[in-house]
Amino acid sequence: MIAMQGIQMDLVSEDRLAKMPPVEKIRFILDEVKSGKILVLEKGLTPEEEATLIEMTMTQIQPDDFAGIEMESYPSQTDSSLIGKLFKKNVVRTRLTVIGPANKLKTLKKDRDMISAIVSNK
Amino acid sequence: MGVIRSFRKNFSNFFKKLFNKKNARIGIYGPPNAGKTTLANRIVRDWTGDAMGSVSHIAHETRRARRREGVTIQSNGGSISLDIIDTPGLATKIDFHEFMEQGMNEAESKRRAKEATEGVIEAVKWLENLDGVILVMDATEDPYTQVNVTVIGNMEARSLPLLIVANKVDLPESSPTTIREAFPQHPMVAISALEGKNIDTFYDEIAKRFG
Repeated sequence: MIAMQGIQMDLVSEDRLAKMPPVEKIRFILDEVKSGKILVLEKGLTPEEEATLIEMTMTQIQPDDFAGIEMESYPSQTDSSLIGKLFKKNVVRTRLTVIGPANKLKTLKKDRDMISAIVSNK
Repeated sequence: MGVIRSFRKNFSNFFKKLFNKKNARIGIYGPPNAGKTTLANRIVRDWTGDAMGSVSHIAHETRRARRREGVTIQSNGGSISLDIIDTPGLATKIDFHEFMEQGMNEAESKRRAKEATEGVIEAVKWLENLDGVILVMDATEDPYTQVNVTVIGNMEARSLPLLIVANKVDLPESSPTTIREAFPQHPMVAISALEGKNIDTFYDEIAKRFG
């Protein structure tokens, strides 16, 4: 039997992440990416979670070991209701997001509705 | 129309004085090397005669947020006082090898990388304490970076005002139209922070968005 070599890519459903509290969600993503996996999140992260992920990533960067993450999400869509405006909190509809180790995932091109990326095991 | 606008401004100023409202805190955000500190220096120099920080072609020159309180900008016959926060460049990755490619030695590069990670953390933390954001983009680069998407998403989620600056329009390869088309839901002004091109329009927009 020939053993396959390559990079593991996990397609994470909306339901899987929805069960997790925000802190656990960020921890899960970072642990998986640090272990070398590429994650494709069906529904992505909220902008606040993205900011927290960036912050947590910075605490994990180690020279010669982990340089950070490549993350690509489509611009989120905001539903601004009257209640949202009143409480200064809008409902944000998140969209598909790809996250991987910076040394393995590289975005080639991105626009509003298309992400092109290259995955390499160098 | 002008009478109504003038009435609204006077009414708003009256209430600000009445309740001693603090200056709006405006963060200057963007990816590394977009020209944030050049713009911060331009604003502070134009209105206070001072400067805010040093600039460099090597990324992550600003590694600590700098705050300048009470910068009063005059525009269209009115004035607005702001606290300006020049934040370190946001990034999702920081590789010290990139600093070595710019001629730094290994120890220096690792130290700069470490400080840069701390700067990013500080910039993210500031996001929760602002009244508005000036998001600086390099008009010669692709605007759909994750940093831009995340900052815009955070401002939209909090219903806070955002002004996009398409910087470096003095360069022939700049394309501010690409930025406008990428984020059409937000106001955008095309400038050269370095040369001061279109800077008066920028101040008018600041007064309009954050006043």
